[in-house]
Amino acid sequence: MGTGDPSGMGLAHALASSMGGIKTTGDLVARMQLNKMRLPEAKRYVADKLGVSVLDLTDSTVMRTVREDLDIGVVTAVPGLAKGLEAKARIAELLDIRINCVERMKQKIGAPLR
Amino acid sequence: MSTIITRMGDAATVEMTADDLRRDIVEGSEAAAAKGKVPVLEDREVEYLVDMFTCPSRIWGVERGHEAILTKDGSTNTICSSRLSSGVCAPLNREAAVRLFETAFAFDTMEVGHTDYSVKPAKFLASLEAQHLEFLQHVTILPLFYGFMPNLGLYYRPDGPYPNPSDLLPMGKIAEARAAQEEALEACREDVVWLSKQMVDVAADGINYDTVASTGDADFLATLRACEEVTSTTGLPVEIGMAAEMVLGFHGELEYDGVRLAGLWPHQQLKLVEKAGAAIFGPVVNTNTRKSCAWNVARAVTFVKAVTAEATIPIHPNVGMGVGGVPTCEVVPADMVSRASAAMVEIGRADGL
Repeated sequence: MGTGDPSGMGLAHALASSMGGIKTTGDLVARMQLNKMRLPEAKRYVADKLGVSVLDLTDSTVMRTVREDLDIGVVTAVPGLAKGLEAKARIAELLDIRINCVERMKQKIGAPLR
Repeated sequence: MSTIITRMGDAATVEMTADDLRRDIVEGSEAAAAKGKVPVLEDREVEYLVDMFTCPSRIWGVERGHEAILTKDGSTNTICSSRLSSGVCAPLNREAAVRLFETAFAFDTMEVGHTDYSVKPAKFLASLEAQHLEFLQHVTILPLFYGFMPNLGLYYRPDGPYPNPSDLLPMGKIAEARAAQEEALEACREDVVWLSKQMVDVAADGINYDTVASTGDADFLATLRACEEVTSTTGLPVEIGMAAEMVLGFHGELEYDGVRLAGLWPHQQLKLVEKAGAAIFGPVVNTNTRKSCAWNVARAVTFVKAVTAEATIPIHPNVGMGVGGVPTCEVVPADMVSRASAAMVEIGRADGL
């Protein structure tokens, strides 16, 4: 993105153009871009995996419920829902991708206790 | 004739007629086309920009369904650092700031990075940096990069051990200046690879090499070679974001994959970045403070459209202060940032910003 004061730069871009992070599906589409998928392909892939339309991907009203139902982390603070690594482990399974920190957690859990 | 209140490239308010704005948009696109030898904007794209800049609305945005991904270079410096990074020096540590970006600001991705942000000082704090990243990976959901600048300039005297080409070139010592750059770029490449691998070990989702080629073609070559090694040996996604629109030829003869690096424009840089194995490319188009924002946005999206037309990887053009049509000033106005932002996605066809 680039440098600038938080409200003039980051928030302006977030409101003008961004997918909305974990408020919607921005984190999920971003993970597919890390796998070199361009935007339309990444959005279609995530929409298919979630069983929603591409337009729904950035609809915070729709995605708030979908994310809670899938238990993949939500933007507001809700006790009992998956947090952090728990949510990412579920996202890796949902999107059928490898997430580095999830793989590391599996290694740590599976390692013998000397 | 009524006038429209808009801004110049230094963010100063200016009143222009609709005809003046249209002329600036056409001329901005033509300026990019002439420099980069890329196509000018189509008529319907010019009309979009005219509508956008003549609209009195304070904020502009993309059409619903056209939203793109944000990647954030400079880490949390905008929150935690000083005016050097347009920072507000909020009383928060980096972990708290990253979590704010994830929840309060709803960013799509975020990044951890050292406040200085250059690889040379950051490598001495690698274990601390890795610890920050490792901790955050436990508590966040969004993809987390580790970001830094190769910043080859720090490897030259007085900051580093190598003779400074800026001292040698004015003395006509061209061969010595080139030799110094060749030695320095190898040291820089080694540091970039080493620090990247430290972050692989603590499960970064990706590495962001930012402000690439700030020290010219040798800086770009060091980064491309590092990217090639990191992506081929670790599989870690790498984002390469540039420092300026054209690669300056401080060396002049350096090549990557048989292509001379000096003088490359964004769509030409893209091809090498793809060959190096990067997952995301961030082209830069410089802002001209003496021209209107309409002229600058038109010029920027013309360059970026030429990049996205040929790309096989996601393109996240830089739209920070002083680039991508955004004015050059310490505190940027959201009216112009939101317009540059939307234009990059709607006309430039950017996959992200």
